[in-house]
Amino acid sequence: MERGNTGKERLRLAVFKFASCDGCQLSILNLEDELLALGQALDIVYFPEVSSKMNPGPYDIALVEGSITTEEDAHRIQSVREQAKVLITIGACATAGGIQALRNWADVESFKQVVYPSPHYIQSLKTSTPTSEHVHVDFELWGCPIDKGQLLRVITDLLAGVHPRLPAESVCLECKRHENVCVMVAKGLACLGPVTRAGCGAICPSMGRDCYGCFGPTEGARKGPGLPPNTASLASYFHDGLHLIPVEVLRRFRGINGYADAFKQESERWELEKENVKGET
Amino acid sequence: MYGQSQSYERIGGDLVLCLSGGFHLAPNVRGPYDVETSVPKMRGIGAMEVVGEIGVLSRSDFQRIFDNLSSKGYRIVGPIVRDGAVVWDTIRRVADLPIGWHDHQEAGRYRLEQTGSKEIFGVVHGPQSLKPFAFTPREPLVQIERSKDGFTTRSTLPPSEKVAIIGARACDLAGLAIQDQIFLQGEYQDPYYATRREGLFIIAVNCTRALQTCFCASMDTGPCAKNGFDLALTEVDDQLLIEAGSEAGSDLLSALSLSPASQGLTREAAARGVACAQSQVRRLDRTRLPQALHEAHEHPRWDNVAARCMACANCTMVCPTCFCHKVEETPDLTRQNSEHSRLWDSCFTQEHGYIHGKNIRPTIKDRYRMWVTHKLASWIDQFGTSGCVGCGRCITWCPVGIDLTEEVSALLKSSEQRSTSSRPQEAPGR
Ligand code: SF4
Ligand code: SF4
Ligand code: SF4
Ligand code: SF4
Repeated sequence: MERGNTGKERLRLAVFKFASCDGCQLSILNLEDELLALGQALDIVYFPEVSSKMNPGPYDIALVEGSITTEEDAHRIQSVREQAKVLITIGACATAGGIQALRNWADVESFKQVVYPSPHYIQSLKTSTPTSEHVHVDFELWGCPIDKGQLLRVITDLLAGVHPRLPAESVCLECKRHENVCVMVAKGLACLGPVTRAGCGAICPSMGRDCYGCFGPTEGARKGPGLPPNTASLASYFHDGLHLIPVEVLRRFRGINGYADAFKQESERWELEKENVKGET
Repeated sequence: MYGQSQSYERIGGDLVLCLSGGFHLAPNVRGPYDVETSVPKMRGIGAMEVVGEIGVLSRSDFQRIFDNLSSKGYRIVGPIVRDGAVVWDTIRRVADLPIGWHDHQEAGRYRLEQTGSKEIFGVVHGPQSLKPFAFTPREPLVQIERSKDGFTTRSTLPPSEKVAIIGARACDLAGLAIQDQIFLQGEYQDPYYATRREGLFIIAVNCTRALQTCFCASMDTGPCAKNGFDLALTEVDDQLLIEAGSEAGSDLLSALSLSPASQGLTREAAARGVACAQSQVRRLDRTRLPQALHEAHEHPRWDNVAARCMACANCTMVCPTCFCHKVEETPDLTRQNSEHSRLWDSCFTQEHGYIHGKNIRPTIKDRYRMWVTHKLASWIDQFGTSGCVGCGRCITWCPVGIDLTEEVSALLKSSEQRSTSSRPQEAPGR
């Protein structure tokens, strides 16, 4: 990454949208106090949500929101990649497939039949997949929506020419740094904090509720033997210690980031468990 | 009843009294109090002779201590009930304390119960020890500003503040003594820690009720406060016995002009301390530490616990002695200013094990082993004390209820048999 801001040239930023709710793009606009500075530090050349001025690439930084759910988008993401020096996914959809990835365990055709009067107009893929299944991603910003401070931080780091710092540790560290009382230990809530990546500032436990994993698995989406996140331990404890039934354990892991590898594997394990329970009764 | 009397008559003044029931498990292993500290004139550090007599105050008169502290300009902090536990907060009156509440703690579980009694100090402790008062979770260190020909720095020392903490337990004091050793001893004293620490006036409470998770008796750190406090209280029914552990405490005590506690009452308080120690159901066998733990490096139990541990770091966050921190740079978008700050860190994070080009502790097993062997073994080599004070917080606040005492006893138990067996077992399937 070249150092921006040292000369007259500002880095060119583009923001692209795929299948998503726009919440992450709105997080950029919610940077109210810093928006002006951001506009000065960067040249925002493509951001259809904000401006009709849509300049062609190449771009220094491309922020990608949303998952890939159509044939057309699968092509479009390739062209975004070709035009971007640094591609950053923003949010659960672009990073892990989003809540719409629930379709990956279901039959999209039957949904279409139920929802739309003329289902044949709907052209979509059977799956909702993260950007990284299609192109190389340089940095991933997790969250639903992303943490605007984290986005700002990554941009600041890129401008300074340093490797962006993105935490991979658990939400519990942030939770304890806020000196919260643990909702799992004190209230018996099934909190996903221990296996979820920090970055949100432990918002949910700070409000007395359990983390639902919107920042994805700790230490990345990929999982190796003996490495965090130890979803198996947490899931077993939800079941044995907090007495969640298998389908409830499954649902804890199959949420906003349900298609992230570690969470996906865990929910699939509990799918089998659920079937076993059914079989017994 | 003055200094010349035998230590037997003192509550909390002397551990021998409290732990006369043969709880000294490893006399050759030094407890945190045996450290000779070179910390300059900081209250509550180092073995201070008990300076005053044991006074007695009725529960209904306890407010007088609050009033006295307030008049001296102290912000008073005590345990209050919040979000299903007790946490430290600013309080003004006795009624703010968790009167009548009891806490029940076990591995991975904390619950409060209102007993309806008038007991002031029925709740033993919450997730926080004294650690956050001196070593805060996030401490801004330096403010950096770009200038024409380079940059300027401005250190952001916290404002000094007089804080009186009511309700610290013996294990908390032992934990703080270890933090003092880390941040204040020797050549490099931490000014941020020192500024916060200097303002503390600590009112300890001797425990008369141990939790299921407490094991201070086997760590030689409680349940009665030995030193490191300004005042120590023992609640015996509707009386509060009070003794001073520092000059400041002694001054406050004389200002209250209390009547001395009767011998009978003093004996009763002491007996309750002994009973509290004897009631502890958990213990940690220190006799073979540190060696036995170093030798257990390839023990199969590490794989067993790694299958349950999530590397979430809660145990280290709540531990009163864990001092790991990282330093972070937070620049602003203009890149003209940056804040250099210190945050609580943990040996359970990926970053912590990262050295140039390599992570030396990639797996959960590596991290749990690092934590336990540092805490209970290499800490002794490094600091001359155990890094565990037996407060039991890591047991309670582990979301999946991993019990340090249970793990250690498993690690020590079969290590002899194991030394003859050829190889460690493979990790059990997850
Ligand atoms: S509330 Fe959740 S995030 Fe916070 S410490 Fe407990 S388990 Fe971790
Ligand atoms: S290791 Fe556990 S029991 Fe020991 S001092 Fe730390 S939190 Fe307390
Ligand atoms: S560990 Fe000991 S000093 Fe600490 S709370 Fe329990 S009984 Fe009290
Ligand atoms: S022992 Fe418990 S609290 Fe500590 S890191 Fe492992 S799971 Fe978390």
